[in-house]
Amino acid sequence: MSLQATTSQTVGPFFKIGLHWLVQDNLAEEGVSGERVRIEGRVLDGDGVPVPDAFLEVWQANAHGKYAHPEDGQPKPVDPKFAGYGRIPTNREGIFRFATIKPGPVPGPDGNEQAPHLLVSVFMRGLLRRLVTRVYFPDEPLDAADYILNLVEPERRSTLIAKRISGQPGALEWNVILQGSNETVFFDLGL
Amino acid sequence: MKIAGYRPLHPGTQPDHLHLPYVSSIKRSPTKPQIRIPFTLSEVTGPSFRPEIVQPKACDLTRQHSGEPLGERIIVSGRVLDENARPLANTVVEIWQANAAGRYRHEVDRHDAPLDPNFTGSGQAITNERGEYRFVTIRPGEYPWRNHYNAWRAAHIHFSLFGPSFATRLVTQMYFPGDSLIPFDPIFNCTADEKARNRLISVFDWETSIPEHALGYRFDLILRGRDATPMED
Repeated sequence: MSLQATTSQTVGPFFKIGLHWLVQDNLAEEGVSGERVRIEGRVLDGDGVPVPDAFLEVWQANAHGKYAHPEDGQPKPVDPKFAGYGRIPTNREGIFRFATIKPGPVPGPDGNEQAPHLLVSVFMRGLLRRLVTRVYFPDEPLDAADYILNLVEPERRSTLIAKRISGQPGALEWNVILQGSNETVFFDLGL
Repeated sequence: MKIAGYRPLHPGTQPDHLHLPYVSSIKRSPTKPQIRIPFTLSEVTGPSFRPEIVQPKACDLTRQHSGEPLGERIIVSGRVLDENARPLANTVVEIWQANAAGRYRHEVDRHDAPLDPNFTGSGQAITNERGEYRFVTIRPGEYPWRNHYNAWRAAHIHFSLFGPSFATRLVTQMYFPGDSLIPFDPIFNCTADEKARNRLISVFDWETSIPEHALGYRFDLILRGRDATPMED
């Protein structure tokens, strides 16, 4: 039997009514193991104008590189306090901020480990279906050989790698730029 | 590690990012080609939620305040299946909508229609083992927006579903049969494939209607399905 997936529609401007209850901007409560990071940035439209009515959803592995999901059969420890899920709206200045831990590496399609990364879905008024992207970490030795990063032209890879914010240990900047020369790399999962 | 991916989506059944008649998409749709990636463990896993996070009362939008909201009470129900027609149990379904007058309880909604003190317009449910969900709500009103001259949104309810993995995430809108505004709504019409977009229109249903109480509308949602059935011994 073959059905067709339901067509996507925009979240529109009023999604807060329905989606606020599952907002989660602190993914790693006290006691979760791993290197703590705070990630912040802005969502900018084609005119460089901040987008105040967007939200991100984050999905990630724990510090050992294990997903809290039945399909992850790796013999790695589960962290019962870590669900790996975040939902973060932008504020009036188009800024989002969330706190989490740096995930461990997970297996990649070529048999090697993938560099630590967060999966991000981006939703907003004006987007008819979500955008899918990833956040990678700076100064990470596994970045260079990461299978997915290597599918991206070298000059655009930097849009996927968060930058350290100087003077703020553990703070990283990563932006969602919708159009233009610094447009963030977005991924296609089989449309 | 062998990963069974998800089926490619049928051409035309999902909207492009840029849809010129929907003006807000012009500055917010990416212009560079998106990079096709294979499914990895990251995409075939995804957030899961304990059923207890959904309050049992959260599926009745008419019982969230001291009084009943104004408007026509309706039952919206259906099934959540994957493309292989398997029911998806334990899937969180979130909805939000305007009140009967076509006004959202949201600070940026400037439409000159009354708020209803007895209606928030937010509901949650979790599918049972047969993939079924059910909401009690009121029929949302149509409302004007500023997309073009004399622009009106067809009546709709927003739906958000997670499904079993990151790959199955879906946000969409449900419409009502017979709504005269549907042919003129650029958001409804953003999907090229006519049959695909018409599946966003719910079906009036006597079976789920409650005599002397509420009319029923059925709306089934199909999330992406796996490409290959796992090998059986």
